[in-house]
Amino acid sequence: MMRIPCPHCGPRAQSEFIYERTVDSVVPLDAPSQEAMTKLFTRNNPRGVDDEIWRHTYGCRAWMILTRHRVTNEISGCRAIGPEALL
Amino acid sequence: MSRYSAFSLLRGALTGHRHWQPAWRDPEPKSHYDIIIIGGGGHGLATAYYLAKVHGLKNIAVLEKGWIGGGNTGRNTTIVRSNYRLEPLHNLFEFGLKLWHGLSDELNYNVMFSPRGAMFLGHSDADMVKLAERGDAMRCDGIDADLLTRDQVAKLEPLLDMSRDARFPIQGGLIQRRGGTARHDAVAWGYARGADSLGVDIIQKCEVTGFVRDGDAVVGVETNRGRISAGRVGICVAGHSGHVAGLAGLKLPVESQTLQAMVTEGVKPMINSVIMSQSLHCYISQSDKGGVVFGGDPDNWPSYAQRGHPMVMEGAVAQGLALVPALSRLRMVRTWSGVTDMSFDGAPIIGETPVRNLFLNGGWCYGGFKATPASGWTYAHTLATGKPHELNAPFSLDRFERGATIDETGSGPMPNSR
Amino acid sequence: MINFSFDGKAYTAQEGDTLAAALLRNGIGLVGRSFKYHRPRGIMTAGVEEPNALVTVGEGGRAEPNTRATDVFVYEGLVAKSQNRWPNLSFDVGAVLGLAAPALSAGFYYKTFFGSAKKWMFYEFFIRKAAGLGNAPTQADPDRFSHRAAFCDFLVVGAGPAGMQAALDAAESGKRVILVEQDNILGASLIRDPQELDAAWIEATAARIRAAGGRILTRTTASGYWEHDLVTLTQRLSEPGQVPANGVAQRLWHVRAGQVILATGSIERPMAFAHNDRPGVMLSQALCSYVRRFGLIPGKRVVIATNNDDAYKTAQALKEAGAQIVAILDARPAPAGANSGHRVYNDAVPLSTKGARHCLKSVSALVDGKVMDWDADLLAVSGGFTPVVHLHMQAGGTLDWNEDAQAFIPASSRQNVTTIGGAAEPQPIFKMVPVGKPKKSFIDFQNDVTLADVDLAWAEGYRSVEHLKRYTTLGMATDQGKLSNMAALGRLAEKQGVAIPEAGLTTFRPPYTPVTMGLLAGAGAKDAGAHVRRLALYDLHAAKNPIWQPLGYWFRPRAYPTGGETLAQAALREAKAVRNNVGMTDVSTLAKFEVSGPDAAAFLEIICATTVSKLAVGRGRYTFMLREDGIVFDDGTVWRLDENRYLLTSSTGGADRMATHISYVRQFLCPHLRVSAVNVQEHYAGLAVAGPKAKAVLATLVGEEPPRHMSTVPASIAGVPVIILAASYSGERAFEIYVDASQAEAVWAACETQVMTVGGALYGLEAMEFLRIEKGHLVVGGEVDGRMTPHDLALDKMLNKAGGFIGASGLARPALSEAGRRQLVGLEAIAGAIPEGAMLIPSEGASPQGHVSAAAFRIVEGGSVALGQLVDGFSRHGEILITSSPTRGQKARVRVVAPHFYDSAGERYRD
Repeated sequence: MMRIPCPHCGPRAQSEFIYERTVDSVVPLDAPSQEAMTKLFTRNNPRGVDDEIWRHTYGCRAWMILTRHRVTNEISGCRAIGPEALL
Repeated sequence: MSRYSAFSLLRGALTGHRHWQPAWRDPEPKSHYDIIIIGGGGHGLATAYYLAKVHGLKNIAVLEKGWIGGGNTGRNTTIVRSNYRLEPLHNLFEFGLKLWHGLSDELNYNVMFSPRGAMFLGHSDADMVKLAERGDAMRCDGIDADLLTRDQVAKLEPLLDMSRDARFPIQGGLIQRRGGTARHDAVAWGYARGADSLGVDIIQKCEVTGFVRDGDAVVGVETNRGRISAGRVGICVAGHSGHVAGLAGLKLPVESQTLQAMVTEGVKPMINSVIMSQSLHCYISQSDKGGVVFGGDPDNWPSYAQRGHPMVMEGAVAQGLALVPALSRLRMVRTWSGVTDMSFDGAPIIGETPVRNLFLNGGWCYGGFKATPASGWTYAHTLATGKPHELNAPFSLDRFERGATIDETGSGPMPNSR
Repeated sequence: MINFSFDGKAYTAQEGDTLAAALLRNGIGLVGRSFKYHRPRGIMTAGVEEPNALVTVGEGGRAEPNTRATDVFVYEGLVAKSQNRWPNLSFDVGAVLGLAAPALSAGFYYKTFFGSAKKWMFYEFFIRKAAGLGNAPTQADPDRFSHRAAFCDFLVVGAGPAGMQAALDAAESGKRVILVEQDNILGASLIRDPQELDAAWIEATAARIRAAGGRILTRTTASGYWEHDLVTLTQRLSEPGQVPANGVAQRLWHVRAGQVILATGSIERPMAFAHNDRPGVMLSQALCSYVRRFGLIPGKRVVIATNNDDAYKTAQALKEAGAQIVAILDARPAPAGANSGHRVYNDAVPLSTKGARHCLKSVSALVDGKVMDWDADLLAVSGGFTPVVHLHMQAGGTLDWNEDAQAFIPASSRQNVTTIGGAAEPQPIFKMVPVGKPKKSFIDFQNDVTLADVDLAWAEGYRSVEHLKRYTTLGMATDQGKLSNMAALGRLAEKQGVAIPEAGLTTFRPPYTPVTMGLLAGAGAKDAGAHVRRLALYDLHAAKNPIWQPLGYWFRPRAYPTGGETLAQAALREAKAVRNNVGMTDVSTLAKFEVSGPDAAAFLEIICATTVSKLAVGRGRYTFMLREDGIVFDDGTVWRLDENRYLLTSSTGGADRMATHISYVRQFLCPHLRVSAVNVQEHYAGLAVAGPKAKAVLATLVGEEPPRHMSTVPASIAGVPVIILAASYSGERAFEIYVDASQAEAVWAACETQVMTVGGALYGLEAMEFLRIEKGHLVVGGEVDGRMTPHDLALDKMLNKAGGFIGASGLARPALSEAGRRQLVGLEAIAGAIPEGAMLIPSEGASPQGHVSAAAFRIVEGGSVALGQLVDGFSRHGEILITSSPTRGQKARVRVVAPHFYDSAGERYRD
């Protein structure tokens, strides 16, 4: 059970978060069809570090991008996204 | 291969068991094979067996980075069934189920396949209609499925909580009587021994580190034990599919996640069939050694750690105890996880890749064990002929971008949503 | 004096006794039978590593099978029974399997029992009866199990000298400390081997730790080490079978620690020699424990076999207690053991034991090459020490090999964990080679695995550690290999011709000791951990005794039967009321979103696949939503309440999914839009009033002209502000009324009164199904099954031609517009009733070409109709097919028609 450093709430137990998808799977709204489907249907799926989208669902409910190693679970970063993060 | 039999056991007893031969050789890799299978799990070994047995091919190798059967084949909850709703899935698994029914004799290795019944419980009228729909789809395609009333369910499994005010009261079930369990390690070992006896080289401690290319085609593999050339190469590495395919520059519609399972201390017989639920997500059966084997929802986050979140398992146990309260004072003695290759429609991928001579068998999510014979048989056909068999043709790698997905749960492209 | 019983006979124990100590105190040496060969077994250890003395403790629903007698403390009235024997321990029919032992070698079952699967199941029946040890209780578990979270700076595991000192230092330096100990007293090794740190030191140190704010938990095992220094602890609040003081039997802790200190010590190793499993053979430190801690000597003539110095402490304790030590067999050459004051034989390795009536009678050994025998009834062995590194390894640690101790010790770790004390510095031993007959030299006692089995596995090619383990089943018993793993590795290394560290190592996984399933489930066992979502107006509905229908975690009224009606009768009456009069239903569970801001319409046209921006203020429309892959995954309505304020509704079943989706799109895909999208599903309760008299009812309630179909107005009912949406799922003129959930009761009451006044009725989900099916309205989870495109569902004409919505790219995929897809159709029964869920087949025995997604009888005209999916259904109207349900033995011939059977022109909506 990881400890995830929520950008708003600080380190919280993984059970408060829900993993949604990876950053490499995000399909921008204006992506051409072919590229959109490639993004939607392929993943880097590395045996190492990746950027993932998690949500602090049972806490502040904010979305964030978690940079994490998928074998060791070492977390090297966690940053907020969304309109507030643009400020 | 020396044959196994009760007589041979007796002979062993009288002679101090000195006559047994190794179940498979430990050969050095040759410089070339007609077909190389990457991955020595149940599927890879079954593929090798059928390549030799059905297609008569002699120059085959299975390369396994660790020890055979050490991945998901050794970590599953041993359930065998073909009770899927969608036709391409139930037809593929049913083909496999028929192979299961003769497998021990075929391999001369007792895989302990026990068709004790695989049952889905229904907890509402809506559940029962969904179960009937699944059963009807199966029956219309010639596969056995029977609806069970409350009383019939209770009779089959007396320890189920049948109280009407349970949180998810049991209303009935759908049983596939020809489904059940098998001894997972024995399946790997049985196929390995069979394949080896037909001349397949099973090479353990041999990790593929790259592919040898000639233009757009694969012509061999680089390994930690040297370069090996090949006519065709078949990837068969479950949760590591993304990694190995990545060595050939491919990105797959697969995300590796964790699935936990556990077994209790051995007790006298208490669970007779395989209990699953339409509404709850846990699987309960009892091994021949007496331990209750238990699994639940996957962990739903990407991981290669072979270790999950403890509260996922706790939640699964809560569901299991709601169904079978008698589990309460048993003790969990062992828990483990596998790396599951979650595909983006929940169905496997068996077929060609965009790279010539390179084939892929993966994306089995958490349903691979039951398909071991079917996966091996169809993959062998694909590797031997270069083209998929009718049974695995729908499970092509390109089906996602073409729009021809086979989505049993209707949840779409995110592995978490199913 | 405490009273307890074992196998039906009454005995007494002393305060503080484990059951094992109490049995030994009462002269009981035979306690169980081994798994495969049913060999008589006694008590081998004094701890959790006990492989043999497994009993069932307790009665009824709190009986715990497979309980180690060494790990349960006797309480008044404890009831214990031996296991795996019939008819009783002394005379066990199963022992006959021991005679067949030569044929029952490791993996024998893989080599026989061939034949059909049915035949295997015949053999299996007997195998399963013989397998397993104790019996699971069948009565309900009367006790509860709780979960708790805790945080600390230091978690110290093990209250031996090292652990207690570490906990003291940390606590007195102001750190938050939790110290856990699996025993019921503190001190661990100090209890049998005080050195200078005696009971007074233990008590004083504990007091200081507590005074400094430290928390000490006994009967608490650190079970698993997870990510980021999260450790799960299992705590016994009552002993097995004991009635817990406050109803809670055990507690599971999830502890997040700053640092973890493992002071877990080491577990002594047995020795491998022939018949080393006989009752009367015990580990040396265990014997020392029985002597010093429990004040008993379970034998009169003791032989000690050792390869290290530690066993001499046991000898000393025995001597002080007045026992007779017949011989000390020291595997080491002279002068080891000289000056100990005992009769020491050097270069001595145990060979075999002999027994009679299930107890030890003599020990033989190879002493400098010659066989010697001693009469003895107690043999204490010390084959070395295995540091307890389980948690260190679970934390992702690595191991070093300590050659002097012939043991693995913790090296590095990824997490914040340190190992101290005996676990980090095990005692040196002399490396010895087993000399007894391999096929009687047990290494995994519980699973009856011998050295010969390891040799056999090797011969047959099962040579990696994992293959060896799985083939022989060693290490897979309830003791989890605590006594067997190193012996197996040693033999494997010998076979491989390498040093032990090169032979491999098995993986360490939670739990450290087996964990009660009820404890893992905690409070969740009662209700599968599934909360109940209640309607805001639950009490009101409940008072009418409806039939409830579960939908996810919700419970919604399915029908309101009166006067002995069946479900079907009630639902038909309710549906007729809607068609002919007026009905009222609770629609609170629908997903609802308030979308506002200058870019609200633009945002909605990303989420929804229809146009939205064309809506005038006060107007609404039906809409549907696609996944990114172009598949329809939800539908609903959207209403323009104001210039820049919209209300979006969608299905109950998809509500959480839609809320996440909307949030994801807003946050990730269009963060620059000026829009807020708020989930108001539970903020608003909702009720629908539908029927030819609905308009009149609304007019009375709101005191003004109700909105025309697909319009919305704010209004007031019973003085409460409401939003009225003129939408219809039922096919009649209808109105949905949304109100703040906390004020819903007054509005419902007013509506219900009015509805009843005009002779209408409440209706539930069943009637709603009848109504919507004959109208051809889709349901998410039914026709919308997550595999259908807009075209498949005949919705494509409503697609926003400007594109830009989620799913547009997905729709472009070629297979989505190929022929041969399942398409939405209506089905009319030619006779009989169409079974819901049935397959659509062209003729008997053919493969399905579709299925029935929803079936009902026409409310007014009668006759069975249905909605379904059929391959190329649009072009097959008029065809006759069979709906077939083999599982229910039902079928009906049907005609394929357009998917609507009632008021296709929508006349009922016009005023």
